[in-house]
Amino acid sequence: MDASHHFEFQGCTLTARPSGALWWAKARTLTVSDLHLGKAERMARRAGLQIPPYEVQDTLQRLQSEIEALSPTRVICLGDTFDDMEAGRAVAIQVQDWLTRLQSGREWVWIEGNHDPGPLPLSSAHLAELTLATLVFRHIATPETGEISGHYHPKAKLPVKGAGAARPCFLYDERRVILPAFGTYTGGLRTSDPALSRLMGPRARAVLTGPRALPMPMPR
Amino acid sequence: MAGFLPTLAELADGGHEGLHTLYISPLKALAADIRRNLTGPIAEMGLPIRVEDRTGDTPHSRRQRQRADPPHILLTTPESLALLTSYEDAARIFKGLRRVIVDEIHALEESRRGDQLMLAQARQQTLCPDLRRVGLSATVENPSAVARFLARHPDPCAIIHADPGPAPDIAMLKTAEPPPWSGGGGAYAIPAVLAQTRQHRTTLIFHNTRAQAEIFFHKLWLANEDALPVGIHHGALSREQRERVEQAMVAGQLRAIVCTGSLDLGIDWGDVDLVIQVGAPKNVKRLVQRIGRANHRYNAPSKALLVPANRFEVVECRAALDAVRAGDLDGDPRGSAPLDVLCQKILITACAGPFDTAALYHEVRTAGPYAAISRAQFDDCLDFCATGGYALRAYDKWKRLLFKDGKWQLRDPRAARNIRMNIGTIQDADLLKVRMHRSRGGAPLGEVEESFAASLTPGDTFLIGGQIVRFEALRELVVEVSRDRGRTPRVATFSGTKFATSTQLSARILRLLQQSEWPDLPRHTAEWLALQRKVSRLPRPGRLLIETFPHEGREYACLYGFAGRNAQQTLGLLLTSRMEEERLAPLGFVAADYATLIWGLEPLTDPAPLLDPTRLAAGLDGWLQGNAVMKRTFRSVATIAGLTPRNLPGQRKSGRQATFSSDILYDTLAKYDPDHLLMRITRAEAMRGLVDFARIEEMLTRIGPDIDLLRLDRVTPLAAPMLLEVGRVPVEGQARERLLAEETERLMSAAGLT
Repeated sequence: MDASHHFEFQGCTLTARPSGALWWAKARTLTVSDLHLGKAERMARRAGLQIPPYEVQDTLQRLQSEIEALSPTRVICLGDTFDDMEAGRAVAIQVQDWLTRLQSGREWVWIEGNHDPGPLPLSSAHLAELTLATLVFRHIATPETGEISGHYHPKAKLPVKGAGAARPCFLYDERRVILPAFGTYTGGLRTSDPALSRLMGPRARAVLTGPRALPMPMPR
Repeated sequence: MAGFLPTLAELADGGHEGLHTLYISPLKALAADIRRNLTGPIAEMGLPIRVEDRTGDTPHSRRQRQRADPPHILLTTPESLALLTSYEDAARIFKGLRRVIVDEIHALEESRRGDQLMLAQARQQTLCPDLRRVGLSATVENPSAVARFLARHPDPCAIIHADPGPAPDIAMLKTAEPPPWSGGGGAYAIPAVLAQTRQHRTTLIFHNTRAQAEIFFHKLWLANEDALPVGIHHGALSREQRERVEQAMVAGQLRAIVCTGSLDLGIDWGDVDLVIQVGAPKNVKRLVQRIGRANHRYNAPSKALLVPANRFEVVECRAALDAVRAGDLDGDPRGSAPLDVLCQKILITACAGPFDTAALYHEVRTAGPYAAISRAQFDDCLDFCATGGYALRAYDKWKRLLFKDGKWQLRDPRAARNIRMNIGTIQDADLLKVRMHRSRGGAPLGEVEESFAASLTPGDTFLIGGQIVRFEALRELVVEVSRDRGRTPRVATFSGTKFATSTQLSARILRLLQQSEWPDLPRHTAEWLALQRKVSRLPRPGRLLIETFPHEGREYACLYGFAGRNAQQTLGLLLTSRMEEERLAPLGFVAADYATLIWGLEPLTDPAPLLDPTRLAAGLDGWLQGNAVMKRTFRSVATIAGLTPRNLPGQRKSGRQATFSSDILYDTLAKYDPDHLLMRITRAEAMRGLVDFARIEEMLTRIGPDIDLLRLDRVTPLAAPMLLEVGRVPVEGQARERLLAEETERLMSAAGLT
C-alpha cells in the first residue's frame, strides 16, 4: 500500500510523504523544512539546559533515509535549517562530512529562514527564495500563488479520540502548500490557530504525517 | 502543640538570638493554622518569642525580611525549606537552630517531598551539628521505618507511643436512595448529608478529588433549603479563597466544609464534631487520619460516616470499616530513594556556593532515605548535573557545573535563579490562573488545568470554588471569567491525585466477596453481588477471573486482579501490548482498583500465554519504552532533575511552534541513549509508582495457572460499572491506525474533497 498522499498543485503532481518531506517526482526534487539543527546546542548556550544532544543525528538520519528511498537530483531545505546562526556554524563543522555525503551527485539548495537569515559555511547555493516552473519555494508564506513554504510547523488535531493529541501535518489549498517541520526537536502550531486559518482557503486540506500520510479537511 | 513545649521553655528567657525551631508540615494550611494556635498562648503568656510562617503563599517582601532577620520559630513546608538551603547565606539564616519538628511525618515519608526534606535536613545538620529532630504522627503502621527515615543516619531514634484514645464511632451513612453503579460523586447522598449537617455543629465533608468536591458543593448548595452556611476548600483554590474559608471555620461561622486532602492533616478546627468521607477511602491510614479531624478533644471518640459513591465502593467501605475496627493500618514498603530528587539537591547545593564532592556525598548519606546510596550512583547524578551525562559528550563548552580549585560550582552563577525557580517535587499538570474579568475587579478564584482551559470557548460555563462562572477570554495565561447563574456548568478538571486501594484493603474486599451472603451490606449491594454470582461468578483469592463479552461492536475482556488502580493500569498496558503483538487489535483499556477492562476488534480467547509472568517481565523493557505512562513519568523525572525546568525567567509562552514536548526528548533518549541516568530513574519510578509492577508480579505469581476465563454473551453486573469508568487509555497501534484512516477518509468525502 502506498503510504504517501499524492495531489495536484499548480499543474504539478506533488507527494506528501509520511515523514513530512515533500516529493516532486517529475522534477526529482525533495523538499524538507524547518530542520532546526543545533536546537540542543542553542538551548545549552542560551538557557544553560542540557537536553539530549542527539537531534542533529536523528534529523539527518531521517533525511538520509528519504534521500536513499527517492534518489532526488535536487534537495531543497526550506529555511530554519539551523536553530540560529551560531548553532549553524557549530553544527555545519560538526557534520560537514555527513552533509557532503548527502549532497554529492545532486543539486542542494539552502533557503534562508528567520532563524538562519545569513550565509553559513556550507557548500551549495544559499538563497532567499527559488522559482522552479510554476512553483516558488520560500520560508514564510506571502500572498503570492504557487508557493511552497514552511515556518509555521503546522500540526492537526486528530479526528479519532485517543490516537494522540495531534500530529505534524502538511497544509495545502489551490494557492499554497505549507510543510510540517522535519526537525526532531520541533513543536507545532495547531491548524486552528488564526495565523494558519487566515492563510488557508476554505477547501484546504491537512495531510497528517505518521505511519501513513492521511489527508483530511483542515481542522479549523 | 505539645511538640513546641521544649521550644517555648528554651526560648522563655529571651536569651536566644535568631532561629531556634523549624516546624515543617506537608500543608501550607497547617503551617498557617499552627501559627494562629501558637501566637495566642505566646501573647497571653507574654513570652518574647516571634513566630512566623513561610510558604509559597508568603509575600516576597516578608520572605526577604525573614532571610535577613529570621524569627525564633519558623513554620514552613519542605519546598520552602529546600529553597532556604539554596541561598549563599544559608549558614547565617540557620545559625542558632536547635530543633526541627516534622509534623504528619507519615504523609511525607511516602513521597519525594519527604526525600527532599531529608536531604535539606542533612544540609541543616551540616550547618548546625547540634540540631535535634522530632517527627509527629497519629497514623504510622511501621514506626521503626519512619524512625530510620527521620533520624540522621546512622544515629538511633527514640520512638514514643502515645495513648491512642477511645475507638472512633464510625459507620456507613444510611441513604434513602441506593448509590449509582458507577461514578465518584456521591450526589445521591446529598439529602442524608444535609440532614447530618443539621444535627451537628460543624461537619467536614471529605472528597478524594477536587473535581468531585466542586460538583458536590454545587449540588449541596442547590439542595440547601435552610441556607446553612457551608464552604469549600481545596488546593486549586486561590489563597484568598482558602484563607477566607479557614478564618470562617476558626470563627465557627460554617456548619459544613466540603474539602479534599488539603484539610486532611492536623488542622485544629476544634469544633468539628462530624467527618463525612464521600467515596471509598482507598487506604485505611488516610481514613483514620480523616476521622481524627472530628472531636480533637482528648478522650472523646471521633465520629465519622462513610458515603460510598457507587455499588462497588459499598463493599470497599465495609472492608475499610472492618479494618479500622481491627486497627489494621496499611502501608507498602518503599524501595530506594529516587535519584531525580538527588540531582535537584546537587543543583540546590551548587546554588549556595562551591562544594566538595566527598563532603556532599557524606552529607547525602546521612539522610535516611539515601543512607544506602553508592558512590557510583552519586557520581552519576553529579555527572548529569555537570555535563548532562550523555554517552555523546556534547556539552563541554556549556557545562552546568565546573570543577575548579578542587570544588564544583555553577559555570554561570545566573543559573541559580533558574534552579531556585524550579525547586520542588510536586508535579502538577500545567495550571492556569482563573480570575474574574477585569471590569469586575479581577479577583483570583483558583486554577484549572491548561488542557481544560484550551477546550473552553467564550460563553462556556464551569464550576470553580463552588460558583458557576462564564469563560470570557484567555489573556496572558489567565482565564478570565464572569459570574453566571442558572446554567448547567461543565466541571473544571483538576490534577487531583488518584489513589490506589492498598494491598491490605484489597485483600479484605476479596475475602468479603467470598461470604455466602452479605447481611452487613445494604440490600442493593448484596443483591448485585448475588446476581453476579448467578450469571457469572465472583472473583476469588488466589485465582484470576477474566470475563469476555461483546458490547456495541467491540470485544471486551475484564480482568479482576484486585491489585489497585496503578497495578491494574500496568496490567492493561502490558496485556494490550502483548495483544498487539498477537494481532488482537486492542483499542484501549481502563483500570479501576479491582479490575482492568480491555476493548478491541478481536476477542481474547487464550489469556494464559499472554499473562505468563516471565514473558511479561522479559517484554517489559521494550514495552515500557513506548508507552504513555513512561512518557508521563519521564516528564516529571526530567523536571525534578532539572533537565526541563517548568519555569524560566522571562519565559515567553506565545510562539508555540518554538516549544516542543518532553515526549520528544524521551523518544530521542530511548533511541540514542537508553541507559542515560534519567531513563534509568524513569524505569525505576514507573515500576514502583505509577506502574506498581511489583503488585502485578505478586498477583501473577500468586494465581499461577489458576485463570478462570468465562465467555459471556453480555456485560456482567460486576463489569458494567467499568464501562462507565473515566480515565480510558488508548492503545496506539494497528487498530487505531485502521480507524484513523477510515475516519479521515470519511471526513474527506463528507467535505466533498476526494
